[in-house]
Amino acid sequence: MSQQTAEHKSEWPLWEVFIRSKAGLDHKHAGSLHAADAQMAIENARDVYTRRMEGVSIWVVESKYIHTSDPDESASMYEPANDKIYRHPTFYNLPDELKHM
Amino acid sequence: MTVHSFEEHFEEKLDKDIAIEPRDWMPDTYRKTLIRQISQHAHSEIVGMLPEGNWITRAPSLRRKAVLLAKVQDEAGHGLYLYSAAETLGVSRDELYDQLHSGKAKYSSIFNYPTLTWADMGAIGWLVDGAAIMNQVPLCRTSYGPYARAMVRVCKEESFHQRQGFEIMLTLSNGTEVQKKMAQDALNRWWWPSIMMFGPPDAESPNTEMSVRWKIKRFTNDELRQKFIDVTVEQTKILGLEVPDKDLKWNEERGHYDFGAIDWAEFWNVVKGNGPCNKERLETRKKAWEEGEWVREAAAAYAEKRKKKAGEQQAA
Repeated sequence: MSQQTAEHKSEWPLWEVFIRSKAGLDHKHAGSLHAADAQMAIENARDVYTRRMEGVSIWVVESKYIHTSDPDESASMYEPANDKIYRHPTFYNLPDELKHM
Repeated sequence: MTVHSFEEHFEEKLDKDIAIEPRDWMPDTYRKTLIRQISQHAHSEIVGMLPEGNWITRAPSLRRKAVLLAKVQDEAGHGLYLYSAAETLGVSRDELYDQLHSGKAKYSSIFNYPTLTWADMGAIGWLVDGAAIMNQVPLCRTSYGPYARAMVRVCKEESFHQRQGFEIMLTLSNGTEVQKKMAQDALNRWWWPSIMMFGPPDAESPNTEMSVRWKIKRFTNDELRQKFIDVTVEQTKILGLEVPDKDLKWNEERGHYDFGAIDWAEFWNVVKGNGPCNKERLETRKKAWEEGEWVREAAAAYAEKRKKKAGEQQAA
Protein backbone atom coordinates (compact mmCIF):
# COMPACT_ATOMS: atom_id res chain seq x y z
CA MET A 1 0.00 0.00 0.00
CA SER A 2 1.22 3.43 -0.81
CA GLN A 3 1.18 6.61 1.18
CA GLN A 4 0.89 9.97 -0.48
CA THR A 5 2.93 12.46 1.43
CA ALA A 6 2.58 15.75 -0.35
CA GLU A 7 -0.22 17.33 -2.34
CA HIS A 8 0.32 16.78 -6.04
CA LYS A 9 -2.36 18.67 -7.86
CA SER A 10 -1.76 17.38 -11.35
CA GLU A 11 -1.61 13.78 -10.19
CA TRP A 12 -4.64 11.53 -10.41
CA PRO A 13 -5.46 10.03 -7.02
CA LEU A 14 -3.85 6.79 -5.92
CA TRP A 15 -6.00 3.64 -5.67
CA GLU A 16 -5.34 0.29 -4.02
CA VAL A 17 -6.30 -2.73 -6.11
CA PHE A 18 -7.68 -5.99 -4.72
CA ILE A 19 -8.21 -8.99 -6.97
CA ARG A 20 -10.21 -12.21 -6.55
CA SER A 21 -8.25 -14.77 -8.54
CA LYS A 22 -11.18 -17.19 -8.75
CA ALA A 23 -14.67 -17.57 -7.36
CA GLY A 24 -14.53 -18.89 -3.83
CA LEU A 25 -11.34 -17.05 -2.85
CA ASP A 26 -10.87 -13.74 -1.06
CA HIS A 27 -9.91 -10.54 -2.82
CA LYS A 28 -6.21 -10.01 -2.24
CA HIS A 29 -4.17 -6.83 -2.42
CA ALA A 30 -2.41 -6.72 -5.80
CA GLY A 31 -0.83 -3.26 -5.82
CA SER A 32 -1.79 0.30 -6.55
CA LEU A 33 -2.26 2.65 -9.47
CA HIS A 34 -3.34 6.19 -10.35
CA ALA A 35 -6.72 6.91 -11.93
CA ALA A 36 -9.08 9.87 -12.25
CA ASP A 37 -12.11 7.97 -10.90
CA ALA A 38 -13.30 4.54 -9.77
CA GLN A 39 -14.32 3.39 -13.22
CA MET A 40 -10.93 4.25 -14.68
CA ALA A 41 -9.22 2.63 -11.71
CA ILE A 42 -11.04 -0.64 -12.42
CA GLU A 43 -10.22 -0.50 -16.13
CA ASN A 44 -6.58 0.31 -15.45
CA ALA A 45 -6.44 -2.45 -12.83
CA ARG A 46 -7.65 -4.89 -15.46
CA ASP A 47 -4.84 -3.85 -17.83
CA VAL A 48 -2.12 -3.64 -15.20
CA TYR A 49 -2.91 -6.57 -12.92
CA THR A 50 -4.93 -9.13 -14.91
CA ARG A 51 -3.22 -9.48 -18.30
CA ARG A 52 -2.98 -13.24 -17.81
CA MET A 53 -6.40 -14.04 -16.39
CA GLU A 54 -5.28 -13.47 -12.81
CA GLY A 55 -8.68 -12.24 -11.76
CA VAL A 56 -12.44 -12.70 -11.95
CA SER A 57 -13.31 -9.70 -9.78
CA ILE A 58 -11.62 -6.39 -8.94
CA TRP A 59 -12.04 -4.06 -5.97
CA VAL A 60 -10.52 -0.60 -5.96
CA VAL A 61 -10.45 1.88 -3.11
CA GLU A 62 -8.78 5.26 -2.94
CA SER A 63 -5.65 4.84 -0.87
CA LYS A 64 -6.50 7.78 1.37
CA TYR A 65 -9.48 5.85 2.77
CA ILE A 66 -7.36 3.00 4.08
CA HIS A 67 -6.37 3.15 7.73
CA THR A 68 -3.63 0.94 9.08
CA SER A 69 -2.30 -0.16 12.43
CA ASP A 70 0.96 1.34 13.60
CA PRO A 71 3.87 -1.11 13.22
CA ASP A 72 5.72 0.59 16.06
CA GLU A 73 2.92 -0.43 18.38
CA SER A 74 2.83 -4.04 17.23
CA ALA A 75 4.21 -5.33 20.51
CA SER A 76 1.41 -3.96 22.68
CA MET A 77 -1.20 -4.33 19.95
CA TYR A 78 -0.84 -8.11 19.66
CA GLU A 79 0.32 -8.75 23.20
CA PRO A 80 -3.10 -9.98 24.46
CA ALA A 81 -2.87 -13.02 22.17
CA ASN A 82 0.63 -13.99 23.31
CA ASP A 83 -0.21 -15.76 26.53
CA LYS A 84 -3.35 -17.51 25.33
CA ILE A 85 -1.89 -20.58 23.72
CA TYR A 86 -4.91 -22.52 25.04
CA ARG A 87 -6.73 -21.12 22.00
CA HIS A 88 -4.81 -23.61 19.87
CA PRO A 89 -5.86 -27.26 19.63
CA THR A 90 -2.30 -28.49 20.21
CA PHE A 91 -2.37 -27.06 23.76
CA TYR A 92 -4.39 -30.06 24.98
CA ASN A 93 -2.55 -33.24 25.90
CA LEU A 94 -4.77 -36.15 24.98
CA PRO A 95 -4.07 -39.90 24.64
CA ASP A 96 -2.84 -41.15 21.23
CA GLU A 97 -5.59 -43.75 20.99
CA LEU A 98 -8.18 -41.00 20.84
CA LYS A 99 -9.35 -40.86 17.20
CA HIS A 100 -11.37 -38.45 15.06
CA MET A 101 -10.65 -35.37 17.15
CA MET B 1 12.01 3.26 21.26
CA THR B 2 15.22 5.22 20.83
CA VAL B 3 16.83 5.64 17.40
CA HIS B 4 19.39 3.10 18.45
CA SER B 5 16.85 0.43 19.23
CA PHE B 6 14.92 1.22 16.03
CA GLU B 7 18.09 0.50 14.13
CA GLU B 8 18.78 -2.67 16.08
CA HIS B 9 15.25 -3.87 15.43
CA PHE B 10 15.71 -3.16 11.71
CA GLU B 11 19.00 -5.06 11.55
CA GLU B 12 17.47 -7.94 13.48
CA LYS B 13 14.69 -8.24 10.92
CA LEU B 14 17.21 -8.28 8.07
CA ASP B 15 19.18 -11.02 9.82
CA LYS B 16 16.05 -13.12 10.19
CA ASP B 17 14.95 -12.47 6.60
CA ILE B 18 11.82 -10.71 7.77
CA ALA B 19 10.63 -8.31 5.07
CA ILE B 20 10.66 -4.57 5.70
CA GLU B 21 7.24 -3.06 4.98
CA PRO B 22 6.32 0.54 4.03
CA ARG B 23 5.41 1.85 7.47
CA ASP B 24 8.25 0.11 9.32
CA TRP B 25 11.14 2.18 10.58
CA MET B 26 14.10 2.15 8.18
CA PRO B 27 17.37 4.08 7.91
CA ASP B 28 17.20 7.09 5.58
CA THR B 29 19.95 5.73 3.35
CA TYR B 30 18.07 2.43 2.99
CA ARG B 31 15.00 4.37 1.86
CA LYS B 32 17.03 6.54 -0.54
CA THR B 33 18.89 3.58 -2.00
CA LEU B 34 15.61 1.79 -2.61
CA ILE B 35 13.93 4.79 -4.21
CA ARG B 36 16.92 5.19 -6.51
CA GLN B 37 17.09 1.51 -7.46
CA ILE B 38 13.35 0.90 -7.84
CA SER B 39 12.74 4.08 -9.83
CA GLN B 40 15.72 3.42 -12.10
CA HIS B 41 14.26 0.03 -12.69
CA ALA B 42 10.80 1.49 -13.42
CA HIS B 43 12.27 4.09 -15.80
CA SER B 44 14.14 1.30 -17.61
CA GLU B 45 10.89 -0.58 -18.21
CA ILE B 46 9.21 2.54 -19.57
CA VAL B 47 12.09 3.68 -21.80
CA GLY B 48 12.64 0.02 -22.73
CA MET B 49 9.38 0.09 -24.66
CA LEU B 50 10.81 2.55 -27.17
CA PRO B 51 13.45 0.47 -29.02
CA GLU B 52 10.90 -2.32 -29.51
CA GLY B 53 7.99 -0.02 -30.31
CA ASN B 54 10.10 0.84 -33.33
CA TRP B 55 9.39 -2.62 -34.80
CA ILE B 56 5.73 -3.22 -33.95
CA THR B 57 4.46 -1.90 -37.28
CA ARG B 58 7.16 -3.76 -39.18
CA ALA B 59 7.02 -7.18 -37.56
CA PRO B 60 7.32 -9.86 -40.26
CA SER B 61 4.05 -11.65 -39.43
CA LEU B 62 0.82 -11.13 -37.53
CA ARG B 63 1.99 -13.65 -34.91
CA ARG B 64 5.26 -11.81 -34.34
CA LYS B 65 3.37 -8.54 -34.15
CA ALA B 66 0.87 -9.80 -31.55
CA VAL B 67 3.75 -11.21 -29.47
CA LEU B 68 5.78 -8.00 -29.65
CA LEU B 69 2.74 -5.93 -28.68
CA ALA B 70 2.12 -8.18 -25.68
CA LYS B 71 5.76 -7.89 -24.63
CA VAL B 72 5.76 -4.11 -24.86
CA GLN B 73 2.47 -3.98 -22.94
CA ASP B 74 4.06 -6.12 -20.22
CA GLU B 75 6.90 -3.62 -19.97
CA ALA B 76 4.44 -0.81 -19.39
CA GLY B 77 2.87 -2.96 -16.67
CA HIS B 78 6.25 -3.70 -15.09
CA GLY B 79 7.02 0.00 -15.01
CA LEU B 80 3.73 0.62 -13.23
CA TYR B 81 4.25 -2.13 -10.62
CA LEU B 82 7.64 -0.65 -9.85
CA TYR B 83 6.53 2.98 -9.72
CA SER B 84 3.84 2.05 -7.23
CA ALA B 85 6.39 0.13 -5.14
CA ALA B 86 8.62 3.23 -5.12
CA GLU B 87 5.66 5.37 -4.09
CA THR B 88 5.26 3.33 -0.91
CA LEU B 89 8.56 4.91 0.19
CA GLY B 90 7.04 8.38 0.20
CA VAL B 91 8.03 9.71 -3.22
CA SER B 92 5.27 10.83 -5.60
CA ARG B 93 4.72 9.65 -9.15
CA ASP B 94 5.11 13.21 -10.43
CA GLU B 95 8.49 13.54 -8.74
CA LEU B 96 9.60 10.25 -10.27
CA TYR B 97 8.52 11.28 -13.77
CA ASP B 98 10.16 14.63 -13.28
CA GLN B 99 13.44 12.96 -12.34
CA LEU B 100 13.30 10.89 -15.53
CA HIS B 101 12.31 13.74 -17.82
CA SER B 102 14.86 16.17 -16.42
CA GLY B 103 17.63 13.62 -16.86
CA LYS B 104 18.30 13.51 -13.13
CA ALA B 105 17.38 9.84 -12.87
CA LYS B 106 19.06 7.16 -14.91
CA TYR B 107 17.63 4.19 -16.74
CA SER B 108 19.41 1.14 -18.09
CA SER B 109 21.97 2.24 -20.70
CA ILE B 110 21.12 -0.66 -22.95
CA PHE B 111 18.08 1.22 -24.25
CA ASN B 112 20.29 3.92 -25.69
CA TYR B 113 21.34 1.61 -28.51
CA PRO B 114 19.39 1.60 -31.79
CA THR B 115 17.32 -1.32 -33.10
CA LEU B 116 18.50 -1.55 -36.69
CA THR B 117 17.03 -4.82 -37.96
CA TRP B 118 14.29 -7.29 -37.06
CA ALA B 119 16.98 -9.58 -35.62
CA ASP B 120 17.47 -6.96 -32.90
CA MET B 121 14.03 -7.93 -31.55
CA GLY B 122 15.39 -11.45 -31.18
CA ALA B 123 18.68 -10.36 -29.61
CA ILE B 124 16.94 -8.01 -27.17
CA GLY B 125 14.49 -10.65 -25.98
CA TRP B 126 17.18 -13.28 -25.66
CA LEU B 127 20.10 -11.24 -24.29
CA VAL B 128 18.68 -8.07 -22.77
CA ASP B 129 15.69 -9.73 -21.16
CA GLY B 130 17.91 -12.69 -20.31
CA ALA B 131 20.32 -10.42 -18.45
CA ALA B 132 17.39 -8.63 -16.82
CA ILE B 133 15.95 -11.93 -15.58
CA MET B 134 19.34 -12.93 -14.16
CA ASN B 135 19.33 -9.65 -12.25
CA GLN B 136 15.70 -9.82 -11.23
CA VAL B 137 15.21 -13.36 -9.99
CA PRO B 138 17.27 -12.73 -6.81
CA LEU B 139 15.33 -9.50 -6.31
CA CYS B 140 12.19 -11.56 -5.65
CA ARG B 141 13.82 -12.10 -2.23
CA THR B 142 14.96 -8.53 -1.74
CA SER B 143 14.40 -7.20 1.78
CA TYR B 144 11.79 -4.54 0.96
CA GLY B 145 8.36 -6.19 0.74
CA PRO B 146 6.62 -4.13 -1.98
CA TYR B 147 9.69 -4.34 -4.24
CA ALA B 148 9.97 -8.10 -3.76
CA ARG B 149 6.27 -8.60 -4.52
CA ALA B 150 6.53 -6.48 -7.68
CA MET B 151 9.54 -8.51 -8.77
CA VAL B 152 7.72 -11.82 -8.33
CA ARG B 153 5.09 -10.57 -10.74
CA VAL B 154 7.68 -9.21 -13.17
CA CYS B 155 9.72 -12.42 -13.20
CA LYS B 156 6.67 -14.58 -13.86
CA GLU B 157 5.87 -12.52 -16.92
CA GLU B 158 9.39 -11.98 -18.17
CA SER B 159 10.11 -15.59 -19.02
CA PHE B 160 8.06 -15.44 -22.22
CA HIS B 161 10.01 -12.35 -23.28
CA GLN B 162 13.26 -14.25 -23.34
CA ARG B 163 11.79 -17.34 -24.99
CA GLN B 164 10.16 -15.38 -27.81
CA GLY B 165 13.48 -13.61 -28.41
CA PHE B 166 15.39 -16.86 -28.63
CA GLU B 167 12.74 -18.22 -30.98
CA ILE B 168 13.27 -15.26 -33.33
CA MET B 169 17.04 -15.86 -33.25
CA LEU B 170 16.55 -19.59 -33.86
CA THR B 171 14.26 -19.00 -36.84
CA LEU B 172 16.72 -16.55 -38.39
CA SER B 173 19.69 -18.84 -37.70
CA ASN B 174 17.95 -21.69 -39.49
CA GLY B 175 16.88 -19.45 -42.35
CA THR B 176 18.68 -18.17 -45.44
CA GLU B 177 22.30 -17.09 -45.48
CA VAL B 178 21.21 -13.45 -45.26
CA GLN B 179 18.93 -14.15 -42.30
CA LYS B 180 21.67 -15.99 -40.45
CA LYS B 181 24.02 -13.10 -41.08
CA MET B 182 21.41 -10.73 -39.72
CA ALA B 183 21.16 -12.79 -36.52
CA GLN B 184 24.96 -12.84 -36.12
CA ASP B 185 25.13 -9.09 -36.68
CA ALA B 186 22.51 -8.50 -33.96
CA LEU B 187 24.43 -10.77 -31.56
CA ASN B 188 27.64 -8.86 -32.36
CA ARG B 189 26.04 -5.53 -31.53
CA TRP B 190 24.08 -6.59 -28.40
CA TRP B 191 26.55 -8.93 -26.71
CA TRP B 192 28.83 -6.40 -25.00
CA PRO B 193 26.12 -3.92 -24.01
CA SER B 194 24.17 -6.85 -22.49
CA ILE B 195 27.16 -7.89 -20.41
CA MET B 196 27.53 -4.31 -19.25
CA MET B 197 23.92 -4.36 -18.03
CA PHE B 198 25.11 -5.95 -14.78
CA GLY B 199 26.83 -2.68 -13.96
CA PRO B 200 30.42 -1.75 -13.17
CA PRO B 201 32.82 -4.32 -11.69
CA ASP B 202 32.37 -4.91 -7.94
CA ALA B 203 35.56 -3.03 -7.12
CA GLU B 204 34.13 0.09 -8.75
CA SER B 205 30.53 -0.24 -7.65
CA PRO B 206 30.15 2.08 -4.68
CA ASN B 207 26.62 0.95 -3.79
CA THR B 208 27.09 -2.80 -3.96
CA GLU B 209 28.52 -3.50 -0.51
CA MET B 210 25.81 -1.65 1.40
CA SER B 211 23.08 -3.06 -0.83
CA VAL B 212 24.26 -6.61 -0.24
CA ARG B 213 24.43 -6.04 3.50
CA TRP B 214 20.89 -4.68 3.51
CA LYS B 215 19.77 -7.61 1.37
CA ILE B 216 18.51 -5.26 -1.31
CA LYS B 217 20.95 -6.98 -3.66
CA ARG B 218 21.52 -10.69 -3.18
CA PHE B 219 24.46 -11.12 -5.57
CA THR B 220 27.15 -8.74 -6.79
CA ASN B 221 27.40 -7.38 -10.35
CA ASP B 222 30.36 -9.62 -11.22
CA GLU B 223 28.73 -12.77 -9.85
CA LEU B 224 25.63 -12.24 -11.96
CA ARG B 225 27.63 -11.28 -15.04
CA GLN B 226 29.64 -14.50 -14.85
CA LYS B 227 26.49 -16.56 -14.41
CA PHE B 228 24.91 -14.89 -17.44
CA ILE B 229 27.95 -15.50 -19.64
CA ASP B 230 28.16 -19.16 -18.59
CA VAL B 231 24.56 -19.95 -19.55
CA THR B 232 24.36 -17.71 -22.61
CA VAL B 233 27.48 -19.06 -24.31
CA GLU B 234 25.91 -22.53 -24.20
CA GLN B 235 22.67 -21.17 -25.69
CA THR B 236 24.65 -19.56 -28.52
CA LYS B 237 25.87 -23.01 -29.57
CA ILE B 238 22.27 -24.09 -30.20
CA LEU B 239 21.90 -21.13 -32.55
CA GLY B 240 25.13 -21.99 -34.35
CA LEU B 241 26.27 -18.40 -33.91
CA GLU B 242 29.53 -17.01 -32.59
CA VAL B 243 30.01 -14.91 -29.47
CA PRO B 244 31.98 -11.81 -30.50
CA ASP B 245 34.75 -12.30 -27.94
CA LYS B 246 38.01 -13.85 -29.07
CA ASP B 247 39.20 -14.27 -25.48
CA LEU B 248 36.19 -16.33 -24.49
CA LYS B 249 37.41 -19.68 -23.17
CA TRP B 250 36.18 -22.34 -20.77
CA ASN B 251 38.29 -22.36 -17.62
CA GLU B 252 38.27 -25.89 -16.22
CA GLU B 253 39.78 -24.84 -12.93
CA ARG B 254 37.27 -22.07 -12.21
CA GLY B 255 34.36 -23.96 -13.73
CA HIS B 256 33.44 -20.78 -15.59
CA TYR B 257 34.08 -19.09 -18.92
CA ASP B 258 36.91 -16.57 -18.99
CA PHE B 259 36.01 -13.57 -21.09
CA GLY B 260 37.68 -10.57 -22.70
CA ALA B 261 38.09 -7.09 -21.29
CA ILE B 262 34.93 -5.00 -21.15
CA ASP B 263 35.10 -1.53 -22.61
CA TRP B 264 34.03 0.42 -19.52
CA ALA B 265 34.87 3.71 -21.17
CA GLU B 266 32.03 3.04 -23.59
CA PHE B 267 29.71 2.12 -20.72
CA TRP B 268 30.36 5.36 -18.81
CA ASN B 269 30.10 7.37 -21.99
CA VAL B 270 26.59 6.03 -22.61
CA VAL B 271 25.63 6.49 -18.95
CA LYS B 272 26.73 10.11 -19.19
CA GLY B 273 24.32 10.68 -22.05
CA ASN B 274 26.52 10.24 -25.11
CA GLY B 275 25.17 6.93 -26.39
CA PRO B 276 23.75 6.68 -29.90
CA CYS B 277 20.12 7.22 -28.82
CA ASN B 278 20.13 8.94 -25.38
CA LYS B 279 18.69 12.20 -26.71
CA GLU B 280 16.13 10.55 -28.96
CA ARG B 281 14.82 8.27 -26.17
CA LEU B 282 14.37 11.05 -23.66
CA GLU B 283 12.79 13.36 -26.20
CA THR B 284 10.31 10.70 -27.32
CA ARG B 285 9.42 10.00 -23.71
CA LYS B 286 8.95 13.68 -22.87
CA LYS B 287 6.88 14.26 -26.00
CA ALA B 288 4.55 11.41 -25.06
CA TRP B 289 4.16 12.85 -21.55
CA GLU B 290 3.55 16.42 -22.73
CA GLU B 291 1.16 15.47 -25.51
CA GLY B 292 -0.83 13.38 -23.05
CA GLU B 293 -1.37 16.29 -20.70
CA TRP B 294 -4.75 17.32 -22.11
CA VAL B 295 -5.99 13.74 -21.71
CA ARG B 296 -4.98 13.68 -18.05
CA GLU B 297 -6.60 17.04 -17.47
CA ALA B 298 -9.81 16.11 -19.29
CA ALA B 299 -10.14 12.88 -17.30
CA ALA B 300 -9.64 14.73 -14.03
CA ALA B 301 -12.21 17.39 -15.04
CA TYR B 302 -14.71 14.70 -16.02
CA ALA B 303 -14.24 12.88 -12.72
CA GLU B 304 -14.76 16.15 -10.87
CA LYS B 305 -17.93 16.90 -12.82
CA ARG B 306 -19.38 13.47 -12.12
CA LYS B 307 -18.56 13.76 -8.43
CA LYS B 308 -20.35 17.10 -8.29
CA LYS B 309 -23.38 15.74 -10.11
CA ALA B 310 -23.60 12.78 -7.74
CA GLY B 311 -23.42 15.20 -4.81
CA GLU B 312 -26.25 17.32 -6.20
CA GLN B 313 -28.44 14.29 -6.75
CA GLN B 314 -27.87 13.15 -3.20
CA ALA B 315 -28.73 16.60 -1.86
CA ALA B 316 -31.96 16.78 -3.88
